[in-house]
Amino acid sequence: MQRIGVFVCHCGTNIAATVDVKAVAEALGHEAGVVISQDYQYMCSESGQDLVKNAIKEHNLTGVVVCSCSPRMHENTFRKAAASAGLNPYLVEIANIREQCSWIHKDIASATDKAIVLGKAAVAKVHLNAPLTAGESPVVKRALVIGGGIAGIQTALDIAEAGFEVDIVEKEPTIGGKMAQIDKTFPTLDCAACILTPKMVEAAQNEKITIHSFSEVADVKGFVGNFTVTIKKKARFVDETKCTGCGLCTEKCPMKKVPNEFNMGLDNRTAVYIPFAQAVPKVATIDPNYCLMLKNGKCGVCSKVCTAGAIDYKQTDKMIEQKYGAIVVATGFNPIKPDKYDEFAYSYCPDVVTSLELERLMNAAGPNGGTLLRPSDKTHPHTIVFVQCVGSRCDDEKGKPYCSKICCMYTAKHAMLIREKYPDTEVYVFYIDVRTPGKNFDEFYRRAVEQYNVHYIKGMVGKVTPKADGKIDVQASDLLANEQLHINADMVVLATAIEPDKTARPLATMLTTQMDTNDFFTEAHPKLRPVESATAGIFLSGACQGPKDIPETVAQASAAAAKAIGLLCKNSITCNPCVAHSDELMCNGCSACEKVCPYGAITYQDKEFRMPDRSTAIRRVASVNPAVCQGCGACTVACPSGAMDLNGFSNSQIMAEVDAICK
Amino acid sequence: MQEAMIKRAKELLADGTVNRVMGWKRGEFSYDITPAVFETAEELDAEFVCDDLTQANVSKYLIKESRKEGKILALLKPCDTYSFNQLVKEHRIIRENVYVIGIPGGPKIDIEKIKAKEISGILSVKNEDYTLKIETIYGTETMPYYEAISGKCENCKSKKHVVFDELIGEDGDVLESNRFEMVEKLENMTAQERYDFWRDQLSKCIRCNACRNVCPACTCENCVFDNPKSGIDNKAAADSFEENMFHIIRAFHVAGRCTDCGECSRVCPQNIPLHLLNRKFIKDINSLYGEYQAGADTTSRAPLNDYSTDDCEPSIVHERGVE
Repeated sequence: MQRIGVFVCHCGTNIAATVDVKAVAEALGHEAGVVISQDYQYMCSESGQDLVKNAIKEHNLTGVVVCSCSPRMHENTFRKAAASAGLNPYLVEIANIREQCSWIHKDIASATDKAIVLGKAAVAKVHLNAPLTAGESPVVKRALVIGGGIAGIQTALDIAEAGFEVDIVEKEPTIGGKMAQIDKTFPTLDCAACILTPKMVEAAQNEKITIHSFSEVADVKGFVGNFTVTIKKKARFVDETKCTGCGLCTEKCPMKKVPNEFNMGLDNRTAVYIPFAQAVPKVATIDPNYCLMLKNGKCGVCSKVCTAGAIDYKQTDKMIEQKYGAIVVATGFNPIKPDKYDEFAYSYCPDVVTSLELERLMNAAGPNGGTLLRPSDKTHPHTIVFVQCVGSRCDDEKGKPYCSKICCMYTAKHAMLIREKYPDTEVYVFYIDVRTPGKNFDEFYRRAVEQYNVHYIKGMVGKVTPKADGKIDVQASDLLANEQLHINADMVVLATAIEPDKTARPLATMLTTQMDTNDFFTEAHPKLRPVESATAGIFLSGACQGPKDIPETVAQASAAAAKAIGLLCKNSITCNPCVAHSDELMCNGCSACEKVCPYGAITYQDKEFRMPDRSTAIRRVASVNPAVCQGCGACTVACPSGAMDLNGFSNSQIMAEVDAICK
Repeated sequence: MQEAMIKRAKELLADGTVNRVMGWKRGEFSYDITPAVFETAEELDAEFVCDDLTQANVSKYLIKESRKEGKILALLKPCDTYSFNQLVKEHRIIRENVYVIGIPGGPKIDIEKIKAKEISGILSVKNEDYTLKIETIYGTETMPYYEAISGKCENCKSKKHVVFDELIGEDGDVLESNRFEMVEKLENMTAQERYDFWRDQLSKCIRCNACRNVCPACTCENCVFDNPKSGIDNKAAADSFEENMFHIIRAFHVAGRCTDCGECSRVCPQNIPLHLLNRKFIKDINSLYGEYQAGADTTSRAPLNDYSTDDCEPSIVHERGVE
């Protein structure tokens, strides 16, 4: 005979305000097998847990049902409590009467009814629970960092510092990411390259770090502690091990009209190129879309001038496979292209630029060697208009609904730098709000306004019209003065919204991690687990999780590293005992389960069986490797014969729950 | 054609390629053609039949037969080859133990359609230039061939043999059939009309299990309806609808694996159009996941056992179901 204890939690008023917890405890007390049914204010508290423990001992309970919050919150808490009282932890069931009941209902009577039904389902299930024992699986002591921007570099450095091997996969020919393209950083105005490039070099020189540049993650298999990742090393047509980065090939390459991505297409590079002087690894890459040799088979200049013999036109994409214990995603962001905003004339007026383009125009390594000149006629601009929130905080489908967070600060920086270097230039900033929460941020913005006399105007720019004389007419409204303005500008700078990198969405699918509607990775808990994804062993670093500035990115990168290190420090992790198993007498051997198993946990073998008529027959039957199975249950629903079943979530348990609900 | 089959079967028995032949013989009545296994040339000469009334799909018998000692010869019509292939794909038939001869398909004759013309005491049916000459104990009757075509041949999907070791007769092509016409009619009904239609049909069911037993997709070692562990075997129906659920559960069970061979409706003694349930699934799978024919090959992933990033969202499936 089952002796089941039911424990109904008030969760303060979280549950008790919408669910009559006493009525729930009373009703469930009448269910078959229930010997004790209690309610308590905070079941997860020390005294609440004691209530459960004492009841287990006193009533010699064979099963426990806790009606409380989501099992993601406290299932472990109550399992541990049960275990300490001598009850197998897998004889505990949680009925979620908070997230799935009290929080989403207003009417007390119907919420109470629902809570009772959910409790009945859990009681029906726990009747069929069996004690389970968890096994262990080893942890591969190596981490993968996807993305080699400042987030990925910082994470990799921290993990390597703790003594673990770590690989960085970067899709571009060099690590460095967006920060490498930035001129100065707010609020201290130190040069981005000066603080970034030492870190890039440090990563390259660290024995524990392997950098796979110009590479992509092609496939991810496995699970926490034991991922198998296939990395595609794209053909760069240059032997990385031989190239010294001397740059002779880039000087001699006859194909010099390739838009330079690093300078946002504002100048040109050669077909064989090194993205920038401090690139890591400092290795040339041949662009097959422009290389005359690769396109027409005629040229070969780079190969002739290369003294190291590094040029290899026959190089192909290479796949490498590596095992990892932890994966950190650091895929970063991109500014959106503002070409959908016809009112800003970006697509046809060269003097309307984005903020990142302005960074390159002002950078010493940029197209103009650091002198700010108009892209159209290379003259010095005397009036510059900045437009904030282009595509950010936007309701229509052209833009993004969120605040891109960094634009207010970098625009203040741009305005200040221009006023500092060119005091004769007037700078106007059109804003909706100026958002400056951050250490020394508001002081920085106020300096731009008060010390540098930047004209901040609250209002939106309506239309940007290039004029025949080369000037740009900026029509805008001043909301505070309530008037329409026309500014005769030389340049317009658009603070474009930022969005997650396009590679993030397919990557999330490979990693089975979640994303929000804007394609930012979703953290396991928005407040309490901000650097972990909901998938065990996958961590989040930097702007792939949401818009961030550099200090925040670095902080999160180190936090993600700490979480990864915590995992890598373990020799083994406790496996989930809720794994699938096959009833060989029922199995048809059809392979349906084998095909749907994402972990490759199912194999088939021929076994001899004694048939009902006492003959023997060889039958093909499935067997599950419990160390590899993650208990997703895909096989149990694919199985046509009902042979596959899942410990802790057996078909009969699910049916019992459904029956209890439908009764 | 029957003579050619017997001749070739005898040759294969004689040269040791096979030691048995899976074919058909006459049953209780001369027009009841039933699957049979032949082991000798004499048996073949005496009893083997393959005529216009031979409809039975013998694929399912090969699950057990292919596990016996030696190789068996199977004579498969085009539609049967799809079932055979699907069973090979599910590792139910051991392909190496079967020698497949593809034979021409229908249109076959349904004896019930002749009986429906109030022709009784039938002794034999002969096709003479697309006029059926029916010998009865009361004399000779005639009727046009096309009025007696079997339901499962009316909407033939394919004349192509998807698997064979050799052919007797010509191979054909996959046909443009209008097999979803009736499904579309049902789809266009209101929910109530459709419910009434199926209640009317399914209430005729006597739970003889003929549909399950003949179905080449229903091959579980232990059928859920017979398995004491399932908790529903021998269960008394709580209401009349529960009994109807048998067919709905079965249709879900074979979804994605049903080749649309039509055997379920053919063998139903109550003439319930069971194949329409399966065809609805086939039609939906085609429109939601792309054209798919179960049994067309042995390597592809079945849509319901496969997942890809561009699979349609469950919400779309759900929305379509909302009236």
